[in-house]
Amino acid sequence: MSGLAAAMAAKALKLNIPLSVQLDLTYRCNERCIHCYLDHDDHGEMTTAEIKDLLDQMAAAGVFYLTISGGEILMRRDFFEILEHARERTFCVKLKTNGVLIREKEAARLRELGVETIQISIYSHRPEVHDAITKMPGSLRQSLDAVRFLRAEGLTVTLANVLMVQNAQDYQSVKALAAELDAKYTIDPTITPMMDGDRSILSLNVDQAALRAVFRDEALIENVEEFCAPPAGVDEDALDMLPCSAGHTACYVSPYGDVYPCVQFPLPTGNVRRTRFVDIWRDSPQFKEVRSITLRDMPSCSKCAHGATCTRCPGLAYLEGNMRGPSSQDCEKSYARTGIPSENYKARHTSPPSFQSLQLVQIQGLQPAARDFSGDAGAAKAAGA
Amino acid sequence: MKNFRYVARSKAIAARALGDETMVMSATNSTLFTLDEVASVIWEAADGVTPLEDIVAKKICSAYDVAPGLALQDAETLVENLVQHGILLASDQPLLPASATGKEAS
Repeated sequence: MSGLAAAMAAKALKLNIPLSVQLDLTYRCNERCIHCYLDHDDHGEMTTAEIKDLLDQMAAAGVFYLTISGGEILMRRDFFEILEHARERTFCVKLKTNGVLIREKEAARLRELGVETIQISIYSHRPEVHDAITKMPGSLRQSLDAVRFLRAEGLTVTLANVLMVQNAQDYQSVKALAAELDAKYTIDPTITPMMDGDRSILSLNVDQAALRAVFRDEALIENVEEFCAPPAGVDEDALDMLPCSAGHTACYVSPYGDVYPCVQFPLPTGNVRRTRFVDIWRDSPQFKEVRSITLRDMPSCSKCAHGATCTRCPGLAYLEGNMRGPSSQDCEKSYARTGIPSENYKARHTSPPSFQSLQLVQIQGLQPAARDFSGDAGAAKAAGA
Repeated sequence: MKNFRYVARSKAIAARALGDETMVMSATNSTLFTLDEVASVIWEAADGVTPLEDIVAKKICSAYDVAPGLALQDAETLVENLVQHGILLASDQPLLPASATGKEAS
């Protein structure tokens, strides 16, 4: 983040403005990626009019960065109508797509509408690997064609490379492919649980050795020595640190109008079909609770040497059952990065539960019957969570 | 006097008020700008049909303790700067909304 962008984020935090929103238009998709955290059914998506009204509300609330994602966004026939409305409201728009439905005509329209960047998921340079992950024959070729069409229009494209067991050896070739296509490259070594709490797909996560290799790859990490340095510990200032932007300057809206702190943090805070977006943002007890949490309030992490430098995701912690607890996947990453186990990592590996055997959290808000937000702060968690 | 009278916001930008400032990002190169309180007033009033001197007189001089000539001079400098970055359009003729497509007019 540039200094100016960071200054704007700090100002938004002070003014309680939701600077960034990810809006998923649909969970429907033309691919069936083996690691996907969504179901692919339509449980009652917002209509075009509802989404346009939501965009108006978000603009009035101060949202600047708008990430439009899914599902596959082009599965919505009204996608360009929605995007046009978003650009008329002068959002800075980022798109996440698999690109399969983007040909020359769509690329030209995206350029006309002034999209800031388009992120396309590429899992491997090898069709047999990429297509096996997406379960869609020919998808690598179609996605790469889309990248070429978009680049030919001068649009900024980022290849997003999610790492898992199936493609752990391919990331350097995908990075080279990005360079060849004059696209940016980003890598994500974390497979997250499904939004309904199902953790079975976590078995796809790469192992410690692969994580260590990624974190020590100088082609990816600017300063490996600094990045992998032992943690400095937690001081008084660090104890007042906020976990991340989720719920502070950012949030997520599902295709059904449910508002969460983040796509990876499915704590129901309200639904825009019943409550104005800005009222959910300002007044929801759940958002207020998320905003109240600092490192000081985290019993395990505040005592952990990694506390101040950990990439701990509060959403993943929530999905493990406690938003004030550790995120085991980030503990794995801290260990791979520094070679020093976190407090949680040590505890887990003394009597090691697997990711899959950790207690499940049942998330409300995704099924039609469960979308009647009650305002109960504890409603998201099952007993024992 | 500069060779423009009318100013309009480009469509090839993203923008949002943040407190008394305005964040503006160029869609052509993702460069982020912030406009201070006074610049934000001019930005908001840049409708393509109101002459800049009227914007300065009605929106700036009425709200801030500044001499009209100096205010207009500063406003013209600001406009030239924003036009160079492609986030504002300027012309000696009124700029209709359809013309604010990101192509610089002068």
